[in-house]
Amino acid sequence: MTRLFTVLLIVCIGMFGYAPFLIVNAPYESTMGLVQKIFYFHVAAALTLFLSAFVAGISSAVFLFGRRPSADRVAVAAAEITVVLGLIVLVSGPLWARKAWGVWWQWDARLTSTLVMWLVFQSYILLRRYGGPGSERLSAAVAIFGAALVPFVYWSVNMWRTVHPTTNVVPTLDPSMRGPFLFCVLAFFCLYALLLTTRTALETRRAELEALYLALED
Amino acid sequence: MKKIAYILATLAVLALPCERVSAWQPPAAQDGFVPVEQLGNQEQLPAAPLVAGAYGVAWAAILFYVWTIWRRLARIERELADVARRVAPGGR
Repeated sequence: MTRLFTVLLIVCIGMFGYAPFLIVNAPYESTMGLVQKIFYFHVAAALTLFLSAFVAGISSAVFLFGRRPSADRVAVAAAEITVVLGLIVLVSGPLWARKAWGVWWQWDARLTSTLVMWLVFQSYILLRRYGGPGSERLSAAVAIFGAALVPFVYWSVNMWRTVHPTTNVVPTLDPSMRGPFLFCVLAFFCLYALLLTTRTALETRRAELEALYLALED
Repeated sequence: MKKIAYILATLAVLALPCERVSAWQPPAAQDGFVPVEQLGNQEQLPAAPLVAGAYGVAWAAILFYVWTIWRRLARIERELADVARRVAPGGR
């Protein structure tokens, strides 16, 4: 665990330290100019958000149907990271939109569905914190519901008329933009692995502490 | 007759690019210069603070979250050591 943590930490620091140089040297987009550079962190964070929501949903399903407490610990960690990544996406997006669209927010399919998904995972966290005994099973169902929203959020731009760019943007990226973008995605995935292992370790230690308290009471 | 048809077909083929050229209209001549201050809000808005804000928020959120995990982990480790001492034989 400590060795994996150290390796991930070094890789993450290296990648996040180098990413700004790649982003600065990436070419300006013809119509949006400088503000388009938000793309490199915004989309990378959004893809990691989708991954995290899936991890939370699948772990919750394993906990709910397989009764494995370790899966619940992973789900708690993933749900919390989903909320943090969602915050990054939901703040960086409007900052980009203000310049590109002239407004901070549009109640279109992509933005609204992302906000709803983020609120679902917020409710998971609140349920875990204030739900009392047995809330872990109820919150697991909430996480499955949150993960089920991911395909809707992803394809919303293709299914409905929105101001948000479609999913076609990333596959057709110019090679000079694709390199820095893929690097940022990898950096975010690496950060996600680091955060997930550390946060899960925290949950495991918390479970050990609870077991010790129970032993103390007996 | 065949020769006339050939000439007409050739002329028609040659006229095709002319049609495309005539369809293109140059941009309207500028009547005057517009000071940048008079542009719409969206065009005037500088992009740099927005880009810096987006990256700043991302970094701040990540660092703050890492700090909260670190703090919670340290508190649990402290508590674990304390409880383990009390559980151990001869403890309390």
